[in-house]
Amino acid sequence: MAENNDVIAAIVGIEPGSELAAVVAGRADIMALTQQTHDAALMPAEPGGLSHAERAALACRIAKINDAKDFEEHFETLLDNSGASGDTARIADIWFDGGGDSRLKALIRHVDLVAHAPKDATRRDIELLREAGLADADLVRLSELVAFVSYQIRVAAGLRLMRGLA
Amino acid sequence: MSKVVHEFTTAIPEWKPYVRPLDLAEASPAQLEALKITPSNTKVSDYVLVLAHDVETLTHRSPLFNGVMYNKGGLSRAEREIGAVGASIVNRCIYCAAVHASRYNQLAKDETVIAAIFADGVDAEISPRLKAILNFSVKLSKCPSDADASDMQALVDAGLGRDEILDLILSSSLFGWANRLMHTLGEPIAE
Repeated sequence: MAENNDVIAAIVGIEPGSELAAVVAGRADIMALTQQTHDAALMPAEPGGLSHAERAALACRIAKINDAKDFEEHFETLLDNSGASGDTARIADIWFDGGGDSRLKALIRHVDLVAHAPKDATRRDIELLREAGLADADLVRLSELVAFVSYQIRVAAGLRLMRGLA
Repeated sequence: MSKVVHEFTTAIPEWKPYVRPLDLAEASPAQLEALKITPSNTKVSDYVLVLAHDVETLTHRSPLFNGVMYNKGGLSRAEREIGAVGASIVNRCIYCAAVHASRYNQLAKDETVIAAIFADGVDAEISPRLKAILNFSVKLSKCPSDADASDMQALVDAGLGRDEILDLILSSSLFGWANRLMHTLGEPIAE
């Protein structure tokens, strides 16, 4: 998937030969590991109890909560490519709370909370996910998804500000 | 008596997971491989054993974390810790704040900066350079990010080179990731 070679570089618009490109090249190891984690969090070989489509749709919500339009579009593309059903695609709708599906409702509630206000998360929030049927491994997968996307969006936001320097 | 720590401290608490850490006896070859590349392979922490449930991200996360905090060149290690502390304050991750505040104190051989930050946050009376670093980290860590062109310019005005600014972006953002794991998957306990 060519567009995924370096999501941050594409979104920030790092121009080859620019000063920013030279600075970022000094941390090429980190940028490559960031892209590899993106692929592992969004499109893992063994997705467990969280499908690629659900991951892309939840990432879309995280981008919206962060007011990060370019990331929203990126994750929408992943969602389209995942062949998601209409019900799964609806997860990306920020006004959808999961409706009558208790598992979806718990996933959405947790992702929104941890993306926006991780400081408010408590033991009870993990218990709610368990009560909705999530296994321990899927709890960790979900946590890594929201935590990683929150990181990736901030790296891009910082680089974009750096790009704006005279 | 053990109790949950709710206030910022440099006394490192114990981290108690809400999620069962991986039992090494049940670990897959991929999990064992990922666990080998963590800094200490004699005793793997409960935190890393919890993260091992998602081995595909852990495999990249461990070297990424070490690179951001310890790579040669760029921002000093002590100042990268301030980036970590700024994020941990916003996200109220008591455990991460304690670990990285105490690491700053060790590296800088000075406890006054962290004491001022824990007391007064971004209003702390610290050097202009550290103030610009802390302010940027705190603003970038908000959701959505609140950092703007003037916060970026303040870093340049405080004397940071472009390579140092990149390292600050990375360490602050990295703790947006780490805090969202540490603070949501377990709690800090003081004996």
